[in-house]
Amino acid sequence: MRIDPARLSASEQLRRSARQRRARKLVGHAIIYAVMITLACVFMLPIFWMASTSLKLPRELMAWPPEWIPSNPQWGNYAEAFGKYPLARYMLNSAILVIANIIGALLSVPVIAYGFARFNFPFKNVLFILMLSMMMVPGHIKLIPLYVLYLRLGLIDTYWPLILPAYFGSPFFIFLMTQFMRTIPRELDDAARIDGAGAWGILYRIIIPLCRPALTVVVVFTFLWTWNDFLEPIIFLRDYESFPISVGLAFFQGRYSIEWHLFMGATLVSIIPILVVYFFAQRHLIGGLAAIGIKG
Amino acid sequence: MRRGTEGAQGPGDGGGNLMLSAWRNLTAQQRRDAKTGYLALSPWMVGFVVFYAFPIIATIYFSFNEWTLAEPPTWVGLDNYVRMFTRDPLFVSSLKATTLFVIISLPTKLVLGLMLALLLNLKIPGMNAFRTIFFIPAVISGVAVSLMWIWFLNPDTGVVNTLLSYFGIRGPLWFWDLHWALPSVAIMSIWKVGGAAIIYLAGLQNIPAHLYEAAEIDGASKWSRFWRITLPLLTPTLFFQLIIELIDAFKIFTEAYVITHGGPLKATYFFLYYFYEEAFRNANMGYASALALFLLVVIMGCTVFVVRTSKGWVYYEN
Repeated sequence: MRIDPARLSASEQLRRSARQRRARKLVGHAIIYAVMITLACVFMLPIFWMASTSLKLPRELMAWPPEWIPSNPQWGNYAEAFGKYPLARYMLNSAILVIANIIGALLSVPVIAYGFARFNFPFKNVLFILMLSMMMVPGHIKLIPLYVLYLRLGLIDTYWPLILPAYFGSPFFIFLMTQFMRTIPRELDDAARIDGAGAWGILYRIIIPLCRPALTVVVVFTFLWTWNDFLEPIIFLRDYESFPISVGLAFFQGRYSIEWHLFMGATLVSIIPILVVYFFAQRHLIGGLAAIGIKG
Repeated sequence: MRRGTEGAQGPGDGGGNLMLSAWRNLTAQQRRDAKTGYLALSPWMVGFVVFYAFPIIATIYFSFNEWTLAEPPTWVGLDNYVRMFTRDPLFVSSLKATTLFVIISLPTKLVLGLMLALLLNLKIPGMNAFRTIFFIPAVISGVAVSLMWIWFLNPDTGVVNTLLSYFGIRGPLWFWDLHWALPSVAIMSIWKVGGAAIIYLAGLQNIPAHLYEAAEIDGASKWSRFWRITLPLLTPTLFFQLIIELIDAFKIFTEAYVITHGGPLKATYFFLYYFYEEAFRNANMGYASALALFLLVVIMGCTVFVVRTSKGWVYYEN
C-alpha cells in the first residue's frame, strides 16, 4: 500500500480547511450569541427591576447598594397590593371593555370587508380610498366633538364611548380583512352559490371560516389596544370605580405617595394578560404586522 | 371628458346625476350585487359620518369660536389662530418640546430598529426567542411602561444611576432634570424599538435569496451587498415605518401625563398634552380645537412631504 504524498496533503488540507471553517462558524455564533444575550439583558432590565422591586421589603427599597435579587422574596406583597388598590376591579373593567370591543370588531369588520372584497358597485374605489385615508387621521382631532356629543347624550362616564366605535369597523382592520378576503378564490363562492347559498350564507359558511388568520390578528390587536388605551378612558370616564387598569394605575400614581414595592407588583400584574396573549399569538401578530408593512 | 362636463353642473346636482347614470348602466344582477355591497358597507358608512366626518368638520367649526361649554359658542373668527401664532408662550414651548422629541427619537428608532432587525435576521438557532424578547416592550401599555421607568430611572435608587455609580459617575436626575427630562422620554420610546425591528424583519425576509447568491458569485463583499441589495429593497418598508413612527411621535402624550406632567419648566410639555389640558381641564374647547387642527395639519404636512420625496428614494420593483 503506497500512499501518494501529494494526495495525502491535498485531502489533509481539505480536512483542515473544513475544520477551520467550522471553527470560524462556531466563533461567529458565539459572538452573535454574546451580543444578543447582552442586548436582551439590557432590554429586559426595566422589567426585571420591576419584578425584583415587587418582592422587596419596604426598607430594602432605599438600600444601597441595592439587592438585585431579593434574598428574602416577599410574595405576600402581591396579596397586599390587591388589598390596597382595587386591582381586581380595574382588571375586570378592562376585561369587559376588551370583550365588548372584540365582539364589535368581529361583528362589523368581516361584513364590511366582504362588501369591499366581493362586490362591485358605483363609487367603490372612492369609498375604499376614503376609508384608507381615515387610517391616517390622528384620533385626537375627533375628541372634542365626540366628548360634546356624548355629554349631550348623557353617555359620559359610561362605557359606550369606548365600545361603540368598534361596532362600526375600524379602517385598519377593514383594510387588513379586505386584503385577506381577496386572496380567497372566488370559485369557492361560485360553488356555494350553485348549491343554493345566498350572499350572506357564502360569507358565514365559506369565507369567514377561511379567514381565521386575519380574524386572529383582529382579536389580538383589539385586545392589546383596548387593554393599553389611555387617552380615551381618561376623557370619557370620571368615576374611579369604572376605570380600566391603565387609568387606574395612573390614578393611584398621581394621587398617593407610592409604596413602590406594592406598586411595581401591581404594574407587573397589569401587563400579565398582555404578555400571555402576546406569547400565544405572537406568530399571528408578527405575521399580521408584516402583511401590513409589506403592503403599506 | 363627459364625466368632466357632468361634474361642472354643480357639486350636489352633478353627483346625483353621475350616481343615477352609473346605476342605470347596470344589469339586474349587477344591481343586486351593488345593493348587497352597499348593505355590507352600511355600518362603516354610518361610522364614517358619526366618528370621522362629523367630528372633523365640527372641530374645524369650533376652532373659530370661543367656547367653554357653560354657554353656547361665540364666533370669534380667526382670533384663536392669531392668539396661537402671536401670543401664546405655551404653544411655542409645546411645539418646541414635541419637535425636539421627534428629532431625537425618530431617526434613532429608524436606524437602531434596522440594526436590530439585521441581527434578528441572522440564521442561528434560538433566534425566535430573541425576537420574542425584543418585541415585548412594544406590546405593553404606555402607562405600565411609564410607571416602571419612573422607578428604573429613579435618581437615588434606580438601576441606571446605580450602575453609573459603580464607575464613579454621578447620574443625572433624569425625568426631574430640566435638560435630561426630554431625552429620558426619548430613551423610553427608543426602548420600544423592537416594534420597528419586527416590521423591518418582515421586509428583510421578503428580499429574494437569489439576489444575494448572484452577488456572492460576482464577488461582492458583505458591505456592498448591504448597500446595493438590502437597503434599496428595504426602502418601501423604511418608507412605511417612517410615516407610522412620524405620526406616532407627534402624538406623544401618556409619558407627559403620567411621569412629568409636562415639566420640569415645560421641558416635556408635549403638544397633545397641552391640547388635553386646554380642552379637558380648562374647558377652552374653541382654542383647543384650533390646537388640534394645527397638530393635524403638521402631521399631514410631514406625511405629504415624506410621500412627495419618496419617489426619489423608495425603490419599487414594478
